[in-house]
Amino acid sequence: MNITVIFINAAAVIGLIISFSKNKEKTVKSLKIALKSTAKMAPAILVLLILVGLLLGFFKPETISRLLGEQSGIYGIALAAIAGSILMIPSLIAFPLTASLVDSGASIAVAAAFITTLTMIGFVTLPIEIKTMGRKFTYLRNGISFIVAVVIALIMGVIL
Amino acid sequence: MDNKEINPGQMKQMKGGKGKKSPMKGIIVLVLVIITAVVLLVLYPENREPTYKASYSFFIELIQILPGVMILMGLFSVWVKNETVIKYLGHSSGVGGLALAFFLGMIPTGPLYVAFPLAASLMKKGARTANVVIFLSAWACIKLPQELVELRFLGFKFMALRLGLTMVLVLLMGLFIEKAGRFGESSASE
Repeated sequence: MNITVIFINAAAVIGLIISFSKNKEKTVKSLKIALKSTAKMAPAILVLLILVGLLLGFFKPETISRLLGEQSGIYGIALAAIAGSILMIPSLIAFPLTASLVDSGASIAVAAAFITTLTMIGFVTLPIEIKTMGRKFTYLRNGISFIVAVVIALIMGVIL
Repeated sequence: MDNKEINPGQMKQMKGGKGKKSPMKGIIVLVLVIITAVVLLVLYPENREPTYKASYSFFIELIQILPGVMILMGLFSVWVKNETVIKYLGHSSGVGGLALAFFLGMIPTGPLYVAFPLAASLMKKGARTANVVIFLSAWACIKLPQELVELRFLGFKFMALRLGLTMVLVLLMGLFIEKAGRFGESSASE
C-alpha cells in the first residue's frame, strides 16, 4: 500500500468519525452525496478504464512519446493545452489518465499543460461564465489562464 | 449575512440543466466506447492481452482511492456552505483577503459552473476583482481532494511544483485582471 492511499482513506475515515460525532444527519447526507456523485461519475470512470486499456494496449510507448514526449517540444505542449481547454473531463479522472500517458512516454511539461488547462479553462462553460461574470472578465480570465498554463508547463519541463 | 444575494433559482436552473443532460450523454459515450473496444479487440486479438492488463491494473489503482475521495468531497459539501464562503470573502481585502480567497476556493467542491454565480454575487457585494479571480481559479484547479489524487498518481514533486507555480501565477493573474479592468472598455485589449 502506498502512503498516499493510506492518507486519503485515513482522512476519509477520521472525517467521517468526527462528522458523525457532531451530527448524525449531516453525515448520512454527506454519504448520500458521495454515493450520488460516484454514480454520476460511473460512466465516465468506465469509459476511462476502457480507453486507458486501449491506449496502452494499442499504442506503443514510442508513438506516444513521439507525439507527446520531450522531442514533441512546443507542439506537444500546445496540443495538450488546446485539448485540455476544449475537453470536459472530471479532474479526478484526469490525473490517472495523465499519469498513464506519462508512464508511456509523454513529457512532464505536456502533462502539466493538459491538467492545468483542463481545470482552469472551460470552453463548454464559457456561455455560463459570460452570462454571470461578463464578457470582458471571461475573456481575460480564460485567455490569461491559457498563457499561465503554458508558462507552468514550460517551467515544470525545465525543472523536473 | 443576507444569503439571498445568490439567486437560488438561477443556480438550480444551471444544476438542473446539467444534471438532466449529462447522465444520458455519459451512457451514450460509454456504449460507443464499449462498441469501439469490442470491434478493435475482435479485429486485433494480439492486442487483447496488454489491453486487459492495462485496464485491470488501472482499476486496482482507482478503487484504492475513489471511495475515500468521494467521502471527503461529500463531507466538504455538507459542512462548508457556499453562503459562508460569500460571507467571509465579500468583506475581506488586502493580503489577508487574497490568502482567504485561495483558502476558500480550495475547500468547497463542485464543478466550476456552480462557482460562477457565487463569484458574481461576490462582485456585487464589492469584493476585490483580484479576490474573485483567485477564488475562481482556486476553485477550478486547487481543490484539496483533487490534490490528493494528483499526489497519488503523479507524485509529490509534480504535485507540489504545479501547486506552487499555480498559486504564484494565479495571484499575478488576479492582480493583472484587476488592473486591466480599471482601464475601461476602450482599452480592454491591454
